[in-house]
This record gives sequence, structure tokens and C-alpha cells, in this order.
Amino acid sequence: MSKSVVIKGGTILNQNGELRADVRIENEIVVEVGANLKGDIELDASGCIVTSGFVDLHAHLREPGKEEAETIETGSRAGALGGYTALVAMPNTDPPQDSVAVIDFVREQGKRAGLVDVIPSGCITLGRQGETLAPMAELAQAGVNFFTDDGFGVQDASLMRRALEYARGLGVTLAQHCEVAELTKGAVMSECQCCTDLGLPGWPAIAEELMVFRDIELVRITGATMHFLHLSTARSVELVRAAKRDGLPITAEVTPHHLSLTQELLASFDSVYKVNPPLRSSEDIRALKIGLLDGTIDAIATDHAPHPRRDKEMSLDMAPPGMLGLETALGVVLAFGDLEIKDAVALLSWNPARIAKVDNAHGRPIAASEPANICVFDPELSWSVDLQRLASKSINSPYVGRTLRGKVRHTIFKGAPTVIDGQAQK
Amino acid sequence: MKHLRSIDELGAKGLLELLQLTVHMAEINQRPVPKVPALRGRTVASLFFEDSTRTRLSFETAAKRLSADTLTFNVSTSSVNKGESLRDTVATITDMGADAFVVRHKSVGIPWQIEQWTKASIINAGDGAHQHPTQALVDCYTIREATHTARFDGMQITIVGDIKHSRVARSNIQAFTMLGAKVTLVAPPTLLPPDVSHWPVEVNHHLDDVIPTSDVLYMLRLQSERMSQGHVPTLREYSEQYSLTQKRVARLRDSAIVMHPGPMNRGVEMQIDPSDIKNSLIHRQVANGVSVRMAVLFDLLGSGANLGGQA
Amino acid sequence: MSINARLNTPHEVMSATDVRRAIVRIAHEIIERNHGIDGLAIVGLQRGGTWIAEAITKQINEIESSVTVPVGALDVSLHRDDIGIRPVSLGAITDIPFDLTGATVVLVDDVLFTGRTVRAAMEGLNNYGRPRAVQLAVLIDRGHRELPIRPDFVGKNLPTQKDDDVSATSDGVRITAMNSSNK
Repeated sequence: MSKSVVIKGGTILNQNGELRADVRIENEIVVEVGANLKGDIELDASGCIVTSGFVDLHAHLREPGKEEAETIETGSRAGALGGYTALVAMPNTDPPQDSVAVIDFVREQGKRAGLVDVIPSGCITLGRQGETLAPMAELAQAGVNFFTDDGFGVQDASLMRRALEYARGLGVTLAQHCEVAELTKGAVMSECQCCTDLGLPGWPAIAEELMVFRDIELVRITGATMHFLHLSTARSVELVRAAKRDGLPITAEVTPHHLSLTQELLASFDSVYKVNPPLRSSEDIRALKIGLLDGTIDAIATDHAPHPRRDKEMSLDMAPPGMLGLETALGVVLAFGDLEIKDAVALLSWNPARIAKVDNAHGRPIAASEPANICVFDPELSWSVDLQRLASKSINSPYVGRTLRGKVRHTIFKGAPTVIDGQAQK
Repeated sequence: MKHLRSIDELGAKGLLELLQLTVHMAEINQRPVPKVPALRGRTVASLFFEDSTRTRLSFETAAKRLSADTLTFNVSTSSVNKGESLRDTVATITDMGADAFVVRHKSVGIPWQIEQWTKASIINAGDGAHQHPTQALVDCYTIREATHTARFDGMQITIVGDIKHSRVARSNIQAFTMLGAKVTLVAPPTLLPPDVSHWPVEVNHHLDDVIPTSDVLYMLRLQSERMSQGHVPTLREYSEQYSLTQKRVARLRDSAIVMHPGPMNRGVEMQIDPSDIKNSLIHRQVANGVSVRMAVLFDLLGSGANLGGQA
Repeated sequence: MSINARLNTPHEVMSATDVRRAIVRIAHEIIERNHGIDGLAIVGLQRGGTWIAEAITKQINEIESSVTVPVGALDVSLHRDDIGIRPVSLGAITDIPFDLTGATVVLVDDVLFTGRTVRAAMEGLNNYGRPRAVQLAVLIDRGHRELPIRPDFVGKNLPTQKDDDVSATSDGVRITAMNSSNK
């Protein structure tokens, strides 16, 4: 029999309102919301917000294939510490997630770790090579409903059209990493004045915008559902805004780093700031924030991308792009995102749960008979990253030395605490 | 000054000091025995990841003339181009007693990245398309030597060629403008960076327009790979529009100077032999290389400038 | 000779006239010692010795007007033995417009103190050739030698404290006693 858990003294935040009350959890479900509740495990939530656990649409867990950077277990633990109860695992593993065998493996590893719901995404094209379609129907039958070639965009327009048509028939969502590869050869950072001074090949904004535009039009003629990964430029936001006005079935996400860090940081030659799509200008950041406020952007997703230390120690042009994100997402969003807490939670939990189609278990209201996937966080706590204490196997976080605001105190996954007082329980 | 990595990091004051120091070094090189014991007991390590016999020899000669010991690591083989080996190589050479590193690498930023792995002084001999500060020092010194002026106020310097991929251009634009020159860049739009509006330069796409008003014509090398990358349609077209020909030389002012950092791609950016150009200073650029590098090494390792606080 | 100097106040030990006479005497001594001016060359050390070298050379050329004795200037900064220990700024450029090989070189400096500058100068001379002999002329010898260097021609011997300041110009030589607790 599982122990009962009571969250005491916090402020419950649901989509329809706030409430100061305790929460009692038993057998994976919230059983009671009220005053002065008692239980086997009592978690102090004074000063904290109690809300549904976060859902990350975009995490690279590196297993199978690059376990020295991260494993599904260490990535899940990092997620739990960041308040996440579900992670969509990106398919650029080795072997890639384009077969049922790999999908089942990833799901099983997630269950074995038992810290978050690991939701494997599938590839759009076989091997992410961009040449032929992956067996999407087979993967959908194995429970996959989110497909992407993330790391690459699908370059061939007619192949993308076929993929969207096929996806519409299956009722699954395709997610695009928008990058026209021909325009970004050798690029290290955003194409801007800083890039000119450094003599580096640049990643121009249009390399992203051209594909955003293309895919919006392909959605228009195919009617399939599309999700744009990690948008980074002002014009991308404008394009998506117009598409939504036209009623197209499109959603979009932005990362915490694209809301808080600018391209000029690359002048330090520190490859921790190298990421794909690259950090952009403060004008782009402003436009992305407006996009969050007016609903153009639906979710904040981390694009958690661990890399071993020696890979990131390479020269700027050779180092792989990517940053950690799971453990710092909340702290970055509240410190730099210019968002109300309720809006932040919507972007971290309720909306992504819907987009990932896990809103039967995640992003739920805190109420009796609801599944107990809960995050308890202190929205005012200032803290900074300690590389020694990260749960991730890698240390490529760009937030070392910066003060973040907002930290997860407890996380409950399927009724059991995975994090208590900021410490992982397993 | 602990490192020499870029002209903007050096600053105008540092630039003038090094140019002044070069005069002393040039005198030493005139002596029957061109050697002083100034850096005796110091070790200068060359870490050249890109092949460059001329620059490397120039630095090594400079070190030896100051009586420093030299260590040479010619690591153009790819195995040491990966990250972890770079860290190990730098740390190992530091343990061997290197007081200074002279580094050339095709990746931008290496002279800043290796700072965390060594206490030695770092001299940038070229990092990707970013900076080549000693070349800029050589060029400024050569112009000063020819014009007998310390500053370049009112001077019109025209830099021609593949600016986009040129570390020499980036360093020189900074150095020449610090000394008061007016700089014009001449290149097809594809060989200029997408946005140079924040650089203190003029841009012109037609070389013939600027020939008559140039006091210094600085030719850059065009690598033949640029054609395959779509930057220029053919080398022939590039040459017609942007190379230095007999006809163009004839239209230069009498006092105009012609320069080129070398090595030259004859038939591409140079259609005329430098020895046929009256005011070519290309040979002086080569000759001054050792004096300039002696000044840099002495400043970093010998002059006591980094002692900080000691009288 | 007693030095009665008030702290931090310069005290004159040679007047301009004394300096001029010393230079004339040294010029005669050089000619006498070397039995004429054959093969003679004068090299002043930057910066303090160059004006004296010029003055001595002028005097010698007036005394023996048949041949002109050449004069040069030597900057010894790059030959010092304390490079890297103290900040070094380079003085004026060396200018030795004649061949030293086989010459009798008279090095000239204003004040001889520890002897390290002269050692550096002898090493520096080697860059220019191999003199037959090197002699040393100084306006002031203030003692406190740290190396086995001795002058051949001296304007005046001046006992000093180690941290006294001695300055020599054509207007005269002054000594300033520094308070030792000011170190």
C-alpha cells in the first residue's frame, strides 16, 4: 500500500483560479483538497505555489547512443528537480527513434527510472535522413503521437508535404526544427554585427523564417497539425501569429534561453552559448515575450541538450550546439521572462500537456480524483546554479554565475514524491 | 600587457607603444651581431595548427634574436585538432616551461579559450577569420617607415579583396583607424560581411573609382575555394574587376604605396609582379616582420610591464 | 670630504665650471694614456653619458686636430641583467656609425655606481665588433660597486650613501640625501 502524502500550507494554482488549501494524495490520485489535512508524508509548502507538474515538449535524453552525456534516468531526475512530471524525449538518439523497438526501449527505461513520464517522440523521416518517411503508422500504434526530425529540419518541401498529409490521416502532430541547411553551413552564431566582428559564419534569421513560412503554407493545404520547435526570431513570431489568425492548427514553443540570453555572449568564445537555433538579439527576445503574452507561442520547452565536457571544450566552430535546461527552466522563466506566475505555469504545464496529448494525466487541475502529478515551487527564492549539484550528467549550463528566481521544492509523480526539499528521492 | 590577441584588445595606446618598441628592435637587426640577451632563460612555444612557414619562422627568429629558447609544435595533423587534445597539449607545453605561446588556428577564439589552461602569455598568430594582430603591427610600422609619420590622419587606405574571410582585414581596419586613417573597403558584395554599417569604413564595389585617391592600396589574397562556394562566378571575373594590373598601377598617385600580406596568388589578385611596382612595400612588410615580433615578445616577457605594482 | 646635506635637499658638489674642467682633463688623460688618438673611438651610454661623450670628443678633436675621433651612443637597456625583474623602458636608439673592430673604445657614463650598466654596455659592444681594448671614463664615481668594474678616467670621486640620489648635467653635479625610512 502506498503512503499518503499531504502538501501543507501552499497556494493551489489551477486554470480556473487560486486557492489556499492542503492537498491529500493517496494511490496516485488527489483524494482531498481542504484545510488541516493529515498524512503519512507531510510536505511543507508554505510560501509555495502548488500546481500541476510541468511537461517538457523537448528534451534530449541521449539514451540510446550517447550515455556519457545523459541517460534516461539522469535526465528524468533532472526533470523531476525542475518540477517536470512528463518529458517528450527527442528522437535523435543512436539508433534513432524511428522503430518500435527503440520507442519501447526508451519508454521502458523511463518506467524503470520511475521519476517522470518519458514520452518518446518518433522521427518524421527514416534515420532523420530527410529522404523517406519513417513508419509513422506503426509508431503511432505503439503510442507515439509527436513526430520530429529535431536537430535537422526536413529540407525537401515535397517530402514534408507528404509527411503532413500522412500525419493528418493518423491524427498525429508533426514538429519542425526550422532551419534551411543550405543557409547555415558552418554557422556558429546568429548572423549579426557581433558575428561580423568575430569573422564567424552566421546563422541568418531567414534560415528559420523561410521554413516557418513554408510549413505554414503546407499546413494550410494539408490540414495537418504542426508544432514549431524553439522559435527564435521576431519574424517567426509574426508568421505564426498570422497563421493562427487564419485558424490554422499550429502551435509553437520557445526555450528559456531564447528568452534570456543574447547573441553578444558568443564574443566570450565560450561554447556553452552555442546552440541551435542560435541566441538572437534583444529585439527578438522582446518579440518572443510578446508572443508568449498574446498566445502566439503556446509553450515553453527546454530543448535540454547535454554534451560531455570535452565536447564543449572544443573550439567554438567544432563544439556541438546545445545547453542544459531542465533544472533551470522555472528559475530562468521567473527571473527573466517578464511573466505572471499563472502565465508561466500555463506555458510550462497546462499548454504543453495538451500539445503532447498527455492532458489526461498531466496539466490537470489540483482537485479530488485527479491524477497526482504535481509541482510545488517557491516563486520568490533566489538561487544560482552549482555545477557540482546538477543531477544531469553534463554541465553545459549557460546560467552559471547568474541569479535565478523560483525553485522547485517538491515534485510528486503518480502520487509519490520524486523530489522533497529540493532533493531527489531516488 | 599579458597577451596580444586582437587589435581591439591591445588598444590605441598599446599599439603606439609596440610600434615605438619596434624601432629599437629594428636597430638591433641592423647590428653585425643582431642578438641581445634580453629574454635569456625564457621559452617561446609555437603552436601552429595551420601551416605557415613564413610567420612561424618570423616568430622563431624574433625569439632567438632576443636569446629566448624556442619550442615548435607543428600540429597540422588532425588528431590534435580535437578539443581534449588541445587542452592537454597546452597544459603539457606549459609544464615544460613555456612562458609564451604563439598560436595559429583555423578556429576563431582559440587564443581566448586556451587562457584557462595556461599561465603563459598568449600571442595570436591568426585565429580563423578573426584577427592577426602582428600582421597589422607590421603593416602600420611599414607605412610609418615609408611616410615618416607617426599617425595616419588624413591618409586614405584602400583594402581590396576577400574582406569577409580575412583576419588581416579585421585587424588592419582597427589598427589603421586607431591611427586616424580613412579606410575604404573594395570588394564584391559577396566578399563583404552581410552588415558592416558599424565599422568605421566606406565601402565601394568598384576598384577603379578609388585608385586615384588612395594613399595606400592594400591587396588581399583570394583563395580559389571562394569560387566553389559561390562568392565569385569565376576567378577570371574577379581578376578583371579587382586585381592589381599594370593599367591600375599607372593610375595610382605617385606617392601611393602598394602592400600585400602574402602569400600572393599571382594571376588572381595580382596581375603584375611586385618588383615592377614602383612603390611596392611588400618586401618591407616581410623584412619588418621579425622586428615587430621581437617588440611583441619583449613587451610581453621582458619589459616588466606585467609585474603590476613593483617599482 | 664631509657631505653636509639636509634631507631631500640637493647639494651641489661640482659646479658647471668644475664639470667643464673635469671634461678637459679627462680628454687630455685619454690622449696621454693611449699615446695619441690612433684607433680611438668614444661611445657614450644612453642617456646620461652621451652629452659627456660628445663633450669629451669635441675636446679631443680640438686638442688633436689632425684626425677626427668618432663618437657614438649605446643604449644598454636590452643587455641589463634585471630584465623581467623590474619594469624596463627603452631609452634612445643606439647609434654607432663606425666599425669598432680593432678600435680602442672609451665608454663614457655620467655616474658609476654598481657597475651593472657598464657590464651591460661591454656586452652590448660585442654586437658591433671586437674592440682591441675597452676603457671607461666617468664623471662621477660614487662607490658601492657590485661587480668587479673599475674606471680608467674619473672626473671626481664622491662617497655617497647607497640611497642618495646623484644627478649630473653640464650645469653641475648635485647630491640629494634621501631619508632611509622613506623606502
